[in-house]
Amino acid sequence: MQASSIELNRAPAVQYVLRIGDTCLILAQRLGEWCGHAPVLEEDIAMANIALDLVGQARALLTHAGQLEGRGHDEDQLAFLRNERDYLNLTLVELPRGDFAFSVLRNAMVATWLKLLWERLAASSDAELAAIAGKALKEARYHQQHSGDWVVRLGDGTAESRRRVQAALDTAWRYVPELFDTDAVDCDATASGLGPLWSDLEAPWREEMQAMLGEATLSVPAPSAFRSDGKRGRHSEHMGFILTDMQYLQRAFPGGVW
Amino acid sequence: MSNDVQQGGVDARPQAGQEWPLWEVFVRSKAGLDHKHCGSLHAADPKMAIQLARDVYTRRQEGSSIWVVRSDQIVANDPADKAMYFDPAQDKVYRHPTFYALPDSVDHM
Repeated sequence: MQASSIELNRAPAVQYVLRIGDTCLILAQRLGEWCGHAPVLEEDIAMANIALDLVGQARALLTHAGQLEGRGHDEDQLAFLRNERDYLNLTLVELPRGDFAFSVLRNAMVATWLKLLWERLAASSDAELAAIAGKALKEARYHQQHSGDWVVRLGDGTAESRRRVQAALDTAWRYVPELFDTDAVDCDATASGLGPLWSDLEAPWREEMQAMLGEATLSVPAPSAFRSDGKRGRHSEHMGFILTDMQYLQRAFPGGVW
Repeated sequence: MSNDVQQGGVDARPQAGQEWPLWEVFVRSKAGLDHKHCGSLHAADPKMAIQLARDVYTRRQEGSSIWVVRSDQIVANDPADKAMYFDPAQDKVYRHPTFYALPDSVDHM
């Protein structure tokens, strides 16, 4: 079995699917860091459940990306044997888990985004992707409700909880433009019926987030000129560290399985 | 978590009497069956109690419906009354419907 990095076929459809699959994968890894550390036992289980849902979605998408790629790569090879530049997740999900407020706010932002994306992917011309989306949509709806309720509780809670979740919002909001900017990968997917332009998700996402943040009495930060670019493989300084954690076992013990 | 306890001079640790209330969880495994008590959990409000019950008690397909009840809303008998309440039923075998011939179509009596 190999431990060296695989060479990724960067066909547009592969990139489109990996952008979603890697976003699920990396967020699951970040959420997994809460296991045994959440503020209360019940929420510890709830966060692990969300992480496991995301792992399931990532597995399905990476497997499918491997089929689209046509190079015989399976989900494990794609998850553990790529170099940093070949991971195409949103930068938002690779940021450190921060405090509880940051994690639940990020979950709410990503769940709202994924829910809107799954709704549209359920009508994909790619039957496999449509089936994955149909199953994942139910999971994303719950993630959005559970995380969104926490954002409201913290925002409309004590002075301390409000200060923390507002700080989280100020940090996370700078990574929002990446969720919606559109490029050749998007255009190709739309032309083939694979999936929507991500810019189509922006208006409904902002509307749903505005409703949530309004109920939480939080103020939406002013737009920033900062642009992140993880979905094109250019990551933050945090990405290398999380990959080191994730890849250690497969690199040290190639082909190792449970 | 623990390294965030002291931040900005605010002690965020729960004080006595500030713990989230306890809730009893009842889960119905499938339509037609009754809700069965399966455990308890702490939650700040009813909505959170339902969500956490879902996450803690139905993650292996145990349920299709959940009830939660604040534990302090449940009225229970005094354990000291156990002998007075329940022992007298011990020798009343005639209260069991075992002395009647039941049609085969009547199940689960």
